[in-house]
Amino acid sequence: MSPIAASVLGALINLDHPAHVVKWHFIQLSVSNIVVLGLMLAVFALALVLPFPGARARAQSRREGGSR
Amino acid sequence: MSSTPASRPSSWTGRVREAAVERLPPEKLLPEGQPTYVASWIYIFGVASLASLIVIVGSGTILSLKGPAWWHYTGVGHFFNSVHMWSVELFFFVMVVHLWGKYWMAAWRGGRAHVWITGAVTFLVAVPCALTGYVSQQNFDAQWISTQAKDAMNSIGIGAFFNLTNFGQMYSYHVLLLPVVVIGLVAAHVLLVRRHGVVPPLEIERLRAGAQGPHGGEHPAAHEGAS
Repeated sequence: MSPIAASVLGALINLDHPAHVVKWHFIQLSVSNIVVLGLMLAVFALALVLPFPGARARAQSRREGGSR
Repeated sequence: MSSTPASRPSSWTGRVREAAVERLPPEKLLPEGQPTYVASWIYIFGVASLASLIVIVGSGTILSLKGPAWWHYTGVGHFFNSVHMWSVELFFFVMVVHLWGKYWMAAWRGGRAHVWITGAVTFLVAVPCALTGYVSQQNFDAQWISTQAKDAMNSIGIGAFFNLTNFGQMYSYHVLLLPVVVIGLVAAHVLLVRRHGVVPPLEIERLRAGAQGPHGGEHPAAHEGAS
């Protein structure tokens, strides 16, 4: 990364500090890990509800006796 | 090919071939289609894990050709190191979503216990494979991780055999021993999926059971075949 790009990024996101940590009893998670966990849960939920391209047409054609 | 004793191959190679073809015929090994229920986003994460693994192995091979310090002093080395690291992050991300999906659809059904076990063990072996990579970075991050993780290894009594502060040992584990195990397990996992087929959703299995029941309540989805 060029020094200019690093300066611009550094101005937007200050990484010059210890990681932020969330503590709950014996459970201790960094904020970055919580963000990744949240993203995984979101992707999992979306994969269950979002329609797959062409899936309905394929199932319909199969019911009607089509080859594919 | 016949299974009669008279025609059984006399050599071990012939017997291995017969057993392999019997267990995994070519049409199962390389099918031309998948059941229609596979057309769902939740079935994408297994192949996404495979794609990530291919990128990991490719970028890791280039890094190993140039040595572990290459990425510190060249832009190209830094690029391949970043590709390697982010493909590992993606591999674990999609592998965990794949695991959740398969857990909640009870993917060990229908004689698929070995499919489930090879997948679970792959995940367990991939963790130290990634850990040994993080301690092979040759920077302060690697130093911090190795000294912190060494306490964990000592606490379970394996610190003398698996020494995280021994760079040579960790590098060998990372570029050869553990990748060989991961790739072998993934290959076995994929071949077992080919043999047993992709696990159907629970709803389709219930419909199939219903279609064979006394009332013969048939539903088109109960007969999902290759599409």
